[in-house]
Parts: sequence; C-alpha cells; structure tokens
Amino acid sequence: MTRGCLDTPVIKERGQHEVFCGLTSIIWLHRKMQDAFFLVVGSRTCAHLLQSAAGVMIFAEPRFGTAILEEKDLAGMADANAELDREVALLLQRRPDIRQLFLVGSCPSEVIKLDLARAAERLSEQFAPHVRVLNFSGSGIETTFTQGEDTCLASMVPALPASDAQQLLLVGALPDVVEDQARALLAQIGIETVHCLPAQRADATPSIGPNTKYALTQPFLGETHAALQRRGARWIEAPTPLGVEGTTLWLMAIADAFGISRAKVEAVIAAPRARAQAAVARVAETLQGKSAFFMPDSQMEPALARFLQRECGMDIVEIGTPYLHAELHRPELALLAAGPRLAEGQDVERQLDRVRAARPDITICGLGLANPLEAEGLTTKWAIELVFTPVHLFEQAADLAGLFARPIRRKQILAQGGPRMEAAE
Amino acid sequence: MKLSLWTYEGPPHVGAMRVATGMRNMHMVLHAPQGDTYADLLFTMIERRNHRPPVTYTTFQARDLGADTAGLFKDACRAAYERHRPEALLVAASCTAELIQDDPGGLAASMGLPVPVIPLELPSYQRKENFGADEAFYQICKALAKPLPRTAQVSCNILGATALGFRHRDDVAEIRQILERMGIAVNVTAPLDAAPSDIARLGQAHFNVLLYPETGEQAARWLQRSFGQPCIGTVPLGVGATRRFVQEVATLAGAAPILDESRLRQPWWSASVDSTYLTGKRVFIFGDGTHAMAAARVARDEMGFEVVGLGCYNREQARPLRALAREFGLEALISDDYLEVEAAIAELAPELILGTQMERHIGKRLGIPCAVISAPVHVQDFPARYSPQMGIEGANVLFDTWVHPLVMGLEEHLLTMFREDFEFHDAAGPSHHGAKAQPAPSTTAQPSPAEAPQPIAAGIGEAGNIVWLSDAERELKKIPFFVRGKARRNTESFAQNRGLSEISVDTLYEAKAHYAR
Repeated sequence: MTRGCLDTPVIKERGQHEVFCGLTSIIWLHRKMQDAFFLVVGSRTCAHLLQSAAGVMIFAEPRFGTAILEEKDLAGMADANAELDREVALLLQRRPDIRQLFLVGSCPSEVIKLDLARAAERLSEQFAPHVRVLNFSGSGIETTFTQGEDTCLASMVPALPASDAQQLLLVGALPDVVEDQARALLAQIGIETVHCLPAQRADATPSIGPNTKYALTQPFLGETHAALQRRGARWIEAPTPLGVEGTTLWLMAIADAFGISRAKVEAVIAAPRARAQAAVARVAETLQGKSAFFMPDSQMEPALARFLQRECGMDIVEIGTPYLHAELHRPELALLAAGPRLAEGQDVERQLDRVRAARPDITICGLGLANPLEAEGLTTKWAIELVFTPVHLFEQAADLAGLFARPIRRKQILAQGGPRMEAAE
Repeated sequence: MKLSLWTYEGPPHVGAMRVATGMRNMHMVLHAPQGDTYADLLFTMIERRNHRPPVTYTTFQARDLGADTAGLFKDACRAAYERHRPEALLVAASCTAELIQDDPGGLAASMGLPVPVIPLELPSYQRKENFGADEAFYQICKALAKPLPRTAQVSCNILGATALGFRHRDDVAEIRQILERMGIAVNVTAPLDAAPSDIARLGQAHFNVLLYPETGEQAARWLQRSFGQPCIGTVPLGVGATRRFVQEVATLAGAAPILDESRLRQPWWSASVDSTYLTGKRVFIFGDGTHAMAAARVARDEMGFEVVGLGCYNREQARPLRALAREFGLEALISDDYLEVEAAIAELAPELILGTQMERHIGKRLGIPCAVISAPVHVQDFPARYSPQMGIEGANVLFDTWVHPLVMGLEEHLLTMFREDFEFHDAAGPSHHGAKAQPAPSTTAQPSPAEAPQPIAAGIGEAGNIVWLSDAERELKKIPFFVRGKARRNTESFAQNRGLSEISVDTLYEAKAHYAR
C-alpha cells in the first residue's frame, strides 16, 4: 500500500482564521432533529451570526434562539442561572412540541465560565421526562464550523440507552434523502439493524453497547468518535462516503465488519455504482486537468480533495483544513496521491498570497472570501454549500462533482457571452 | 438575559465595520474570537462587495486565553499596518474580547504606529449596531477633522451613509444631484466613500446634510458644536419631505430653492384614477425610526393610505417617533422583539406592511403583503439598478415598491364580484406576481393560511366573548382576504360598542354601513 499524502509535511499556521464558529452547525442540526430546540447562551453577535449564516432567514419561528447576555448578567447583578431557568421555562411553555433542548455554549458564556453542564442537569431534572436537556459548546474559541455538530453529537452519546444488540450505528447528520438511501443499501447488503445518530425525533434515539459497530458519515466527528469508544462501541475505519470510490470503500468496510462477503456487496452496488460512475464522468469533463485550492472550512477538505483528484482528474494545489484528525483523516490521506500541500489552521492573508501565486482554476473558500476572489478574476466555490447539499453516496456523487463544475462552466458561459453581445451591437 | 429569535440590529462592532468598510484607506483591527469573521459575508455576499472588508481579526482561541492575547492583538495590529498601509487605524473589541479586557486602544496607542490610531469603546452588552456605526463615525471625525477655512463656493458635507446601508449608494447620488443643481458643491460624503484625509477636510463645508440620523447624528452634532456647521434636519424621503429639504437648504445656503421635478411621476401616479383603490388601505409601518417616520408621512399624505400601526426597533428614535404616532392617533410600538411586532401585526390585520426583512417574513406567515422600507434587509434589497429611496427618483421608487405587493384595482373588484371562481380566487394572490394559482380550497378543507390566524370566535381584546354566528361567518368569508381583516375588526368593534354578544349577517352589514366612507 502506498502512503499517499500520509508523509506530506503539514503547514501549521496561526493568524487570522476566516472560518465560522461551531454555532453555525445549528443551522442544519435544527432541521435534522425535528423535536429539538437549540438555545445559544451568548451575545447579540451569536444571534446575528446565526441569522446571517442562515443567509435567508427563512423560518418565521426557527427551532433555535439566543439567550442574549446583558450587562446585568455580567456584572453579577442578576443570577445568570436564574435568568436562564426563566427563559427556558418560557420557551418550553411556548413550544410544548420540544422534547430535546440543547443549551449551547458560546465564546462569552465560556469566558465568564457559565456552567451550562450543571444548568442542563438542573433543567433536565425539572422538565423530565418530557424534555431532556443537554449542553454542548459551539463557541469560536473551542470549535470551528462543523465541530459544532461534533460537540452536539458527542453530548448525546453518554445519554444513549445501553444495548447488547448486534447493530450498526451511522453517525452524522445526513440529509433525509441520503439517510434513506444508506438504509436501503445496507438492508440489501444484509445488515438488519441500522440506527442513526442524530435521530429525527427523540423517541427514535439509538441505543449503544459493546456489540454496536459504528460508521462515520462525516470526517469531522472526532469527539463523538471518542465518546462512542468510551461506550464500548467499535469504529469501522473507512473513508467518508463521498464519491463512487468513497461510498464503495465505506460500504465494503461495513460489510467486512459484519462478516458479509464482498461478492454480496458487489452484487448490490453494481447498478448504482455504474450509473454514478457514468454520471460523474460526464460532469468531470469540465474538471479534468483543472487545479483546485481548498481554504480551511469544514474538515471535509481531505475527503473532497480525494474525490476531485481520483475521480474527477483534478490537480489539487493545497488542502487547507481547520484541523487534521490523525485517525479520522488517515483513510483519506492514504488514498490521496502525493502532490498537494497540506495546511492546518490558517493565516488568511498568507494563504491568499499562496492562492494568488498559484492562480488555481477553482478555489474552495468561505462566503467572506468568494466574491473578492472572483473580482480578482479567480473562480470560487462557496464551501458552505458542500455542507448544506446532499452530496454523500452513489446517487449524489455527480451532484458533488457538479458543485465544482458549475462555477467553472458559468465563467465559460459568461466569457463567451461578452463577445457575442458586442457582435450584436 | 433575553431570548431572541431574530434580531433587527447586529452587535455594535458590526456597525463600526459598516463605517470602516464604507470608507477608503481606513483599516480596522478587531480583537475577536474565531468565528466573528462571519461579519465579512454581510458585505461580500449580501451587499455583493467585491473587496474584503478592511478588517483584521485577531481570532483568538481558547488556548490563547491563558497565554498572551494582548501580544496577539499587537502582532495583528503590526501585520495589518504593514500589509494594508492605511491612512488611519480603528481598533476595537467584539463582545468576547470586551470580557477579557485587553484594552486594544491602549495597546495600539503604545505601538508608535505612524498613522492616527482611533480606539472605539463599543459596549456590546448594552448597545447595538446603529450605535456602533454612529459612535465609530463620531470618533473618526473627532480624531481627524480639523478646523479649516470655508470653501469659496457654498458647499456641504453629506453625512451618515455607510456600507451595507439600505439604498445608501443611490440616495447619496440622488441628493448630490439635487444639491449641485442648486449650485451647492458637495465637499465630502462620509463615511461612505471618504478616506481619512477627506474626513480631515470636513470643516471646509458651510453646512451638513444628515441623511441617516441613525448612523451620523453624533458626528453631525459634534461638527455643529466644533466648527459651527449647521445641519439640515429634514430627511428627503417622499415628495413633501424632498421639497421641504430643498427649502431648508435654500434658506441656509442663501440659494434659490431649485428642484428639478421633470422626472417626478409619483404625485400623478397617485392621483390617476387607477390608484383610487389605494384609498384608505390599512398599513402597518415598522423599521428604523427615520425610515418609519418618513414612510408614515408618505403613506398618509402622498398615497392616501390609513396608517394603523407605527413603530421602530431603535430606542434612540423613540421620542420623535412616539410624537409622530400621537399625531396619527396611534400608540407607537418601540420594540426590538420580533415576536412582539408579529403579534401587533396579527392583531391589527393590516392590508399592507411596510417594514424590514423581518416583517417580510411576518407577512409571509400571516398572508399579508409587505414592502421593505428599512434595514435590516437582504440580498434582494441591494438591486443592480439605480433605486434610491430619497429625492425625486426615490419618491417614484416608493410608489412602485409599495404598490407592487398589492392586488390591483380592477382585479380587486373582480375578486369581490366572482368569489366562487375556482382559479381566480383571493387565496391565489395578486395575478401579476406570477405565482401558480392553486385550486380554491373546498369549503370543507382546512382554512387557507390567510384565514388561519383568524379564529372566528375569538374576537378582539376584552371583547373576547363575542361570537360569530355561522351565517355571518360564511358571509365574512365572501369578503376578499385583503379586506377581510378590516371587516372583521370593524364588525367586532361595532358589536362591542353596542354591547352585542353575537354577530349575525345583519350585524356585519350594519357595521359595514356604519363605517362606510
């Protein structure tokens, strides 16, 4: 076996990080868990981030909110715990449909050392059994973007009921359509009991125990991974199920863990794999031979780079990622052919210097950087869409390639449009 | 602690960023944790700016807190100066950095940077975005503006416009035209498009025009106090206000009150018979104080609407807004609680909302049309075309924007006449919006969203015990949805005033006759 990018030295940078904090994960988590409410205990900045990152402010009354700290909470004139209890009581009164309440720590709540773990315990006792109250940190000083999902799921693990059943647990908030596809494929392969974390509703919460094997559907779930191991569950090491190759290897690893033959898996996936390969190939025509540069965003960068390099024929210049997890990123780095630079953390100004020097055909970056880079004549793909779009498994592999191809095709169309319009005049 | 679902204003450092980003050759160093860089996307995505905001964030993390965050701040300051070479540097702390008390102002001042360093105190746990902008602009003026001799030609400064402002770009262009037509030169426009070196020249102008009190009032007052520059108080939103503005400028500048009205169409559009149907339309108005007050005057005096609710989210403008509301016979709603605003709108059941992005969502939920008149706004409110709110063209724009969400005159009549038509019915929405007409809901089906928030037996206020008899209830449903709320309210007040406990078809028509105009 080749060592791929496993021996590539990692550029570690410390400077301005142009990334979201973990609170942003709430945007998709609150849609995934339909009876959960996410209460951020933070500042006006947290509230403003959530509504700006949501971009469209789509929901008249979302299942998330911010308990905004005020001067009197900080000056000790008000007992912050009493204030929190009051706000929670009001909230649960207005939303009787809520079964799970997450108290979400923020930068200010952590700096003033507001103990949300104790608050969650206290409130859990008060509102049990109807509502379970948990807490996790989405603060920028602790978490980057998708790590909010990780800390959220990790907070749920200790509360999962115990079970000795032989079962598979899929970990990561997948879009409903993808979750259904995964369940269908796994059922055909012959895996009978499949649970998901997070579940759509509290009453579908999975159980866990020493006979539980789990597969991660996202590469950014490091803390959840550790928490699951503490509960005795066994990790099925595999690449992230992105692209045809990633999905195949992921399913094979699960089948191996359950003693199911590869021939059986081959038989089940032959048709979806073939159509996915054909679809990816069509989209990849646009991407073939083009270069890509990843700015750090979601920790999905190594997996995405592996897909673009190995299935779409792209040349990867740099893979920036907020955090490289030695264990979870290992399968991806082993697959990636050596060549790309690896960068962990960020100094955005220096990294932009490297982007300008490389002039890649596409730069995958955050929303704050995309338009400025486009104005410099570069083509970009907003990274956040990779988290907000169904991209996993066979049926979405071509959609994933399409997310990168569309900005390139658009630029080509507009470049052709210019001269044509002049000719018409 | 206060629960908030959506906020009308961001934190104060975002206001300061709006000032810095609007300017040229200014840079800001913000002591802030990782994640606060989200604010960049407000400018690059919502406003579609093609440059990053000129802001360097220190982005400290948990592991830095035990170490040297002050050192981190100084490094960031030095690197930002070296890379960007601004004419002046703003330094501030976001909410979290405020708690760790590193004193960015003091640190930056001790560094001996070769440009003016302007420290900002932004109390994140007390104040909000508009304050941050207003304060930042004031501190910049105080630090950089110098007393200078007045220009030979009569000139003025245009104050208050910022990055991410609602139509600021086009308002400034429109007002500049009006002033120049009167022979008045525009000395400096600030903060939008001004460099620190322009701020230094503010004192040359003979007077100031303050377009946005929310973001420029402190600076304007300070300039008046320090340099004796009087300030034009009228905000030229609407035809009447634009004419008053020109008069006021003329008096102050000793110039002729020239206003080119050759492109002014709004008064005729409003007077033309097609607009008759606008008469007495019940509107609810909410936004920042300046835009809400101006919209109320335009709605009543220039559109012939009936203003049934008026409010603002910025407490700073509560006083004048309350006074205006009293003049309209209303009680002002001063609140930054989105749910309170929604409740007020649901209760009043207006036919049109003039509001912000938030009210647009409330309108969608309640099935009430809405036009946006004030920040906060979203990407669709930063149009590619020239679309000011102020001045002559602004008045035209207001007419178009406000009328667009409504069902138009003759369509309204046809809806009233042929209510049973299966595809041309009131729940289908205005036909010029191009939404696909849904088949009319059958009488046994669930109520449509437009009807849903009107529990028929509930009644209003203390009159909660008034009951609609089923015949009257059916009759009420024959009234088109855009006036049904008014009919329901009028009938219930009528019944209440007469001490009735039941509403029959007769009560409905007696009330209709009673309120007839």
